[in-house]
Amino acid sequence: VFEVPETIEQGAAHYRARYEDLRARAASRQAASRAPAPRPDAAGGVVLQSQVIPAGWYWTGRLRVGQRLRIVNATGRASVAFQGWNALEPSERLNVGDTAKLQWTTRLTTGSLLFSDMGRVLASVLDDNADGRHDLLAGTSDEVTNQLRFGRLGQRHSHGNFLLAAAKLGLSQRDLHPCVNFFSAVRATPEGALEWAGSPRPASSIELRAELPLLFALSNCPHPLDPNPTYDPGEVEVVVMEATAPPSDDFCRTRSEEAERAFENTDAWIAANMEAVR
Amino acid sequence: MSAVSSLERPSPRLDQRVPARTSWSVVLRQGEILRIVDLEGQQSVDTLLYNADDPSERYCAQRTVRRQGKAYIGEGSILVSTENRPLATVIADTCGAHDTPAGACSCESNTVRFGQQTRFMHACRENFLFEGAKHGLAKRDLVSNINFFMNVPILPDGTMAIADGVSAPGDYVELRADMDVLVLVSNCPQVNNPCNGFGPRRSAW
Repeated sequence: VFEVPETIEQGAAHYRARYEDLRARAASRQAASRAPAPRPDAAGGVVLQSQVIPAGWYWTGRLRVGQRLRIVNATGRASVAFQGWNALEPSERLNVGDTAKLQWTTRLTTGSLLFSDMGRVLASVLDDNADGRHDLLAGTSDEVTNQLRFGRLGQRHSHGNFLLAAAKLGLSQRDLHPCVNFFSAVRATPEGALEWAGSPRPASSIELRAELPLLFALSNCPHPLDPNPTYDPGEVEVVVMEATAPPSDDFCRTRSEEAERAFENTDAWIAANMEAVR
Repeated sequence: MSAVSSLERPSPRLDQRVPARTSWSVVLRQGEILRIVDLEGQQSVDTLLYNADDPSERYCAQRTVRRQGKAYIGEGSILVSTENRPLATVIADTCGAHDTPAGACSCESNTVRFGQQTRFMHACRENFLFEGAKHGLAKRDLVSNINFFMNVPILPDGTMAIADGVSAPGDYVELRADMDVLVLVSNCPQVNNPCNGFGPRRSAW
């Protein structure tokens, strides 16, 4: 039972104790959890669509709740920037700050959730076959980063791709937001410096499951911190698979208290929008 | 790193105290300086910036940290827009630890972080929506912001948690507008984590 404390000092002590308790519980449950082993291939499910995205290009799509999106980085040289929206109410969209804060980490791997700004789960990371080499901090490539890295203008970049992708989804610059970069590791040093920490190995992949009706945009361009001086990303293959019912002990839904509360919010929204979601 | 102001005797055109938990906004002309004072210490001040003439160009947290190669905001940080242009520059900072990757609190994210019983507690995104509406902005115009005086260390393994603030009473930052900018601020009402010493305080501009 939560009682509002009477004085500021009582309140501060009460809230501090609860915050430390939440943090400790999250850490101990995380330490005790056992993620499913990474899968080299998609498991089960009917393939609805597959598409190869060449170096420098982008793709957009729409997933129903439960449908899965598998991104395959065969060469290991691709970096894929991702933005996402609730397809029925696109003002609700990916929020990378919440994604980090609500999971107490900037690291994404199997079982991690991509949060919307409304305390709901936009998508789950069903399978990470890239050793958690993903980035929430450094954002998109653009003309400036291309010029710095490659010394000339004219190569495609994720900022431009996202503007095009948004337009094709009926959205605009106002709907763009901080992105996730899959297949690109960035580390913060103790002083706060951002360091490139490498690409995954060849034949890496990540599989997302839509938890809300999902509009997404993907861009396959070099990561802005990748020191490779040659503009040479590999192509990626994107596979959309039909939904399968999650098991009752689904790892993404049960991995943490935060996940359980987030899915309470998500399931309540789906129940209230059942007709439109179908 | 911290750096005191080079303004010897500031003579502000505006000098305002922002009560705990409330929002405020201002349009700065290019070259004008905004000083934000943490009057009582350990008080997070959530801040968003927009091109005043075209708010579809707005603060970009990811470009800002990438361009400076550092995850935190401090003296010398150039606050960069979605079009890669400087909106403002931090020209003085007596505190030295300001977050931007973590973004603002909201009623909805509070339910996930702290439990459903915290849904109806005031939050920064409520302040941003309220203050932005005065300038024709809507929810889709809100992006990740700067949290002045909020201390959020990111460890090399990715671990990230809000830690006790390190700002003392009277600590301040100064922003120089590099174009005409609309500034939205939320004097953070959060009590559930250490960003305000677990109890919101006053700030001044």
